[in-house]
Amino acid sequence: MEQYKISFPHIGKNHIPVKKVMETLVGEYGEVILAPPITKRTIELGAKHSPEFVCVPFKYTMGNFIEALEAGANVLFQIGGDCRLGFYSEVQEEILREDLGFNFTFHMLKITGGNAKGVYDCFKDMNPKLTMPKAAAALALCVRTIYAMDGVERYIRENIGFELEDGALEAIEKEFLKEIEKADSVLQIGGIYKRTMKKLEAVPINKPADAIKIGVVGELYVLMEPFSNYFIEKELAKFGVQVTRFITASYLIFSPQHNVKKILSQAEGYCEYEIGADGTDSVGKSVVFAKEGYDGILHLKPFGCTPEINSIPIVQRVSEDYEIPVLYFSFDSQTSETGVKTRLEAFYDMIQMKKGGKLV
Amino acid sequence: MIKAYFGVDIGSISTKGVIVNENNEIIANEYLWTEGDPIGAVKRVLEGLQKQIEGKNVQVVAVGTTGSARKLIGVVLNAQIVKNEITAHAIGTMSRVPDVRTILEIGGQDSKIILLNSGIVTDYAMNTICAAGTGSFLMSQAKRLGLAIEELGELALKAQSPTRIAARCTVFAESDLVHKAQIGHKKEDIVAGICTAVVNNYLNNVGKGKRIQAPIVFQGGVSKNVGVVKAFEKILGHDVYVDEYGHLMGCLGAAILAKNSGKEQVFDFAIQDVAFITKGRECEKCSNNCEIIYVYRNDEVLDVWGNRCERGLAEA
Repeated sequence: MEQYKISFPHIGKNHIPVKKVMETLVGEYGEVILAPPITKRTIELGAKHSPEFVCVPFKYTMGNFIEALEAGANVLFQIGGDCRLGFYSEVQEEILREDLGFNFTFHMLKITGGNAKGVYDCFKDMNPKLTMPKAAAALALCVRTIYAMDGVERYIRENIGFELEDGALEAIEKEFLKEIEKADSVLQIGGIYKRTMKKLEAVPINKPADAIKIGVVGELYVLMEPFSNYFIEKELAKFGVQVTRFITASYLIFSPQHNVKKILSQAEGYCEYEIGADGTDSVGKSVVFAKEGYDGILHLKPFGCTPEINSIPIVQRVSEDYEIPVLYFSFDSQTSETGVKTRLEAFYDMIQMKKGGKLV
Repeated sequence: MIKAYFGVDIGSISTKGVIVNENNEIIANEYLWTEGDPIGAVKRVLEGLQKQIEGKNVQVVAVGTTGSARKLIGVVLNAQIVKNEITAHAIGTMSRVPDVRTILEIGGQDSKIILLNSGIVTDYAMNTICAAGTGSFLMSQAKRLGLAIEELGELALKAQSPTRIAARCTVFAESDLVHKAQIGHKKEDIVAGICTAVVNNYLNNVGKGKRIQAPIVFQGGVSKNVGVVKAFEKILGHDVYVDEYGHLMGCLGAAILAKNSGKEQVFDFAIQDVAFITKGRECEKCSNNCEIIYVYRNDEVLDVWGNRCERGLAEA
């Protein structure tokens, strides 16, 4: 019998926990084949085989699928969502099968809103030996891993702009990811996380009390996949900025904070009902940043992202009410990197001037 | 010996340079086409500036660069400051109109808006995806109508009833324009319509959601078109100020920033005679295929960029 060779699109570093949970779930009946890391080739391939006007996450994930199939994958997973993301899987499956002639099984998982049963059933078909307790343990491990990774990333985002020795924090993260890939119990991951945080906190940083703080909001894919946003968070941090982002895998999938009521209450005075997909969250989190005295907000979206386009005029109102500048970016498969850097630098200069700092 | 500061703005279309004194007054300026050769253009700018300051006992002690080739030229000139064009324009304009609240700028390929309050930039935007409503659009439409770009403005002023032209998108604007011409609209009305379309397009895209307050300064190549200036004044309901040095604001800002940097190093105009070469190479270490650029002075590598990781750095 042919083995299942499972693959899925990249988003940030989240392939680490996903690979781990899927390996356990499929057991002896298959393996996970990671799509090769995203490169220029990935997006070129993806864009070539995608509708021209589709939002850019479609193109990236399409590229991932093609490269994964080339590497031998025969089972693909895609997620669903409340915007165009909801149509990704059907369109991508058809293009891959009909136009490109690949042979594979395709699964669409709705992962938000607690669809654990759906995930279980899907893997039970592949792996008859799978039991509920086994699946639950694998899921717990996955959850813990994601939380640990998000915790480490958050610390780095907020402090990397101030490290005295370039690359010190990232070197620790690299080590951390290696360890966490090997770990196979929740307890182990807890230990690794604690040790890593200690190591991170021991790295000397020079962060002034009034350091410039910038919050990042917008569409989840371009927020969480640094390749698609030209590593904007790191570019920004390099100026000596604390970067904060609420939208992470742990927040989106598991956090009790990620619910309509809570988000609408954050966006109170701006949204009475939902914008759709994550648009409301962009407003809500912008208000949170404004109230917490952040110096600026970056709003990122794929070109043509409807929920985020709808959020922009409202975010603009937040910007006026709280006098907090917002810089908007639209990403597609060919955005000029220089353009992004120019705008970021000007944004930083603007905030620096506002704070009475010197331009250098 | 007068201390002076050199600022240069190397854009995709034109290269601008100024030399200013300690009071930010322009003592020499040069404006020419980049012609796809930024290093060559800067050398020509230097040549022009050097002639203008000859015998005036001026010594350039700091250099600032801005514009899309700012990084490359910054390395070549060993500049004290390399600054993005948004900040440079704001600084330059404020030195001429200190109480400016809004800077409208429409160039050949891009357009931007900068909002200021009490000498501080509070908001800005730049066109992103599309170059509709910039100088290149006006250029192509002038050509279609058999006019020189310089004639457009004056002709627009003669219009009695400007033709309505769709402003959203250049492609629609163009088909609208062709249609209106064929059904008998007068040329000056059409030209006035184009000027209004450029303004509407600008305000709907770049200026979207921005509170435009007076004093308003309009600059960039398109500001030389008096038809567009009038259209702005009509739609905004405020006077729009166009500076005679409007095209030099970027390099002026760069020169002032170089002065403010506090770093000084005597600049040698003989740099015109030094051979600078750039070489491009595709790194083939992974499928990113980063295009790496090496900048050489004579045979020595000055700087390398374009690599996303360390692996690309080796083997110059």
